[in-house]
Amino acid sequence: MQRSRILFCCLCLFSVLSSVRADDVEQQIARIKQVQKEGQGNQAASQAVQSLSQADASALIPILSSFKGANPLAVNWLCGAFEAVASNAIQQGKLPEAELEKFILDKSHNPRARRLAYETLIKVDASASERIIPGMINDPSVTLRRDAVQRLIDQAKKLEKDGKKDAAKQAYEQALSGATDDDQVKAIVKPLRSLGEKIDLQKHFGFLSDWKIIGPFDNRELKGYDTAYPPEKNLDFSSALKGKEGEVNWKSVNTEDDYGIFDIAKEISPYKGAVMYCAADFYSPGEQELEIRLGTPNAWKIWVNGKLLFARNEYHRGMIMDQYSVPVTFKPGKNVILLKLCQNEQTESWAQRYQFQLRIARPSGTGVLSEKPEATTQLTP
Amino acid sequence: MNKSAFQLVMPLIAIGLCCGADWPQFRGPLTNNVATSDTPPTLVDQESIAWTADLEGRGASGPIIVGDKVFLTSTTGFKQDQLHVLCFDAKTGKQLWDRQFWATGRTQCHNKMCVATPTPASDGKRVFATFSSNDVVCLDLDGNLLWIRGLSHDFPNASNSLGMASSPIVVGETLIVPVENDDDSFTTGLDVKTGISRWKIKRPRVANWTSPAILKASDSAETLVLLQSSEGVDAVYPETGDTAWSYEQGAGRIPSTTVGDNTLYIPSNGLTALAPGSSSEPPKVLWQEQKLSPATASPLVYEKKVFTVNRAGVLTSANPEDGEVVWRLRLKGPFSATPIAAGKHLYLVNEKGLLQVVQVGADEGKETGEIDLKETILATPAIADNALFLRSDKHLWKISSK
Repeated sequence: MQRSRILFCCLCLFSVLSSVRADDVEQQIARIKQVQKEGQGNQAASQAVQSLSQADASALIPILSSFKGANPLAVNWLCGAFEAVASNAIQQGKLPEAELEKFILDKSHNPRARRLAYETLIKVDASASERIIPGMINDPSVTLRRDAVQRLIDQAKKLEKDGKKDAAKQAYEQALSGATDDDQVKAIVKPLRSLGEKIDLQKHFGFLSDWKIIGPFDNRELKGYDTAYPPEKNLDFSSALKGKEGEVNWKSVNTEDDYGIFDIAKEISPYKGAVMYCAADFYSPGEQELEIRLGTPNAWKIWVNGKLLFARNEYHRGMIMDQYSVPVTFKPGKNVILLKLCQNEQTESWAQRYQFQLRIARPSGTGVLSEKPEATTQLTP
Repeated sequence: MNKSAFQLVMPLIAIGLCCGADWPQFRGPLTNNVATSDTPPTLVDQESIAWTADLEGRGASGPIIVGDKVFLTSTTGFKQDQLHVLCFDAKTGKQLWDRQFWATGRTQCHNKMCVATPTPASDGKRVFATFSSNDVVCLDLDGNLLWIRGLSHDFPNASNSLGMASSPIVVGETLIVPVENDDDSFTTGLDVKTGISRWKIKRPRVANWTSPAILKASDSAETLVLLQSSEGVDAVYPETGDTAWSYEQGAGRIPSTTVGDNTLYIPSNGLTALAPGSSSEPPKVLWQEQKLSPATASPLVYEKKVFTVNRAGVLTSANPEDGEVVWRLRLKGPFSATPIAAGKHLYLVNEKGLLQVVQVGADEGKETGEIDLKETILATPAIADNALFLRSDKHLWKISSK
């Protein structure tokens, strides 16, 4: 009787201590999630992460789960705690492999937390890759999806090499459905086209191809970047405006380039010391949080529905797809995107590019089309 | 040698052999590319490779050495947005830990460089790693996170479409982090304990890949940090970021200012030698020499000579008092890594991975050995434990005496 009482007390005490530890983990996570810009909350988070890093393996899933809703800074703090705990757990042979795999497969969790869990799991179980990756072709995690796409590309290449063209085509098409990284898309599209498939890359990536454009306005001595010319104040596509070289009017332009590049220097004129304004519509079925992804070697400002979204005063440091990603909340219905593109007066051969490409995408990189794509050519005042 | 003399000398020899100085940041303990006490091998060949460690991902940052640990950075992922801080055992090359974070700023870079281009720094207790995304990570030497900042997350227009490459340095309680670019351009001094900004100063809005240098004009003088830009060089106080003096005749944006024998050698108008001023006295130009214009590698002052490497791979040795060329030696270039020095020798690794060792003489330079590591190397090597540490994307090597 006495013995069982002692055992019962011990169990109660253990249970209390365990719950204290669990509470403590939650408390430390909460402190970490309060970090904000410019080091706000750093001191509290630092103490919390050091305490959390000493936790046992039972803290791993709670840490990963807490990535959801954490800002990008807090995610990194949580990464630091997770990796310290995971490293100890691996050394002690106590990594909760089954729980990690379950976490990875649950697509409702934070994509970066799932990737971190995956990379940790395959350190101790390389075979997990074969179980997990094939199902990730349309995964919200960019990196897990990329691995799944690569697996299909490799399969398709082998099938093609073995002369199994239909199967290869099918595998390439499946790969394309999940591909958002340009290198993989190129690796898929080239063989698919050679197999007779027609692919609309503009649509795949969500590039806007139809624009209204007006200019040039004056950017000599770079003074145009901060000068608000009439399109910034009022978008009226019917009125003529005073430009740098005389009267200018809005005109409709489009591009058939696979990557949505509209080349002002080639298609209109190689203006120097100039500002051009470009406008396009994007129709959204409801309120959506997406990204405007822009590539340009020129300085730029962008407005959505009259509100300045971002501005970047950098010239001729290269241009690539998705060079800039700017978060945007689109309202239901028509949204008007206005892009101001500035060219400087540098005379070097590498400073003559005056062009841009712009697409709408989800944070995962998947292109999003305007719900009424035909309407993008019909800008109305 | 008699017994008592042997007893006296042996402990000294033992200390010399065992206790090499650290190489805690880009260009070494004094940011002047010179090892304070260690002497790597001067006759090198393939058998000098003590160990090789495999690396994953990409990295153009140099290794740093603190005690018996080597620290490195690298990135993985298609967009180089997975940021790694790595730690290796300096004796064996065994990887001790790897800590991973996500880039919160832009990761676009010129193909030649990468997101892990800035060399990390250490104050002996902590490791500070910065990346082109302007993320700053502080870990203890065992890999436990102490703090992290996302400077591009805080200031979204602080970035460069060609990539950021400046390396941070630690002075006292302040980590100096340059974030100089075409738009929101600044340098900040972060508290080493918390990562919170002690100061943040505006800098010229022009892309800048140079790294700060330390100037301590005399034992009694305050330590200053030299910030170079296209406009020249500003000497600032590390605790406050206040400017002590400025040199305003322009300077390069890739090779960095080096300090030697209380003189600054600035990549400006070829190479400019400058006697530092005080807060009330402007600096004085001693000489300027176009023939000494450095390419990517920073100048070096060693054994009473100033050295530069030009685009053609020619190593030039000049008199530091007047800039007069003393000797030249054509090496196999091109070089991105800055030469480093120890034991009357210079160590230069070219972009193709060929390490060339040059004996520094008064009248000539003589190559004493080379090893072809056969991989692209852009990072400046480190010297510690009487050995050289070099890295490519694929490997980290330790080169020591047989």
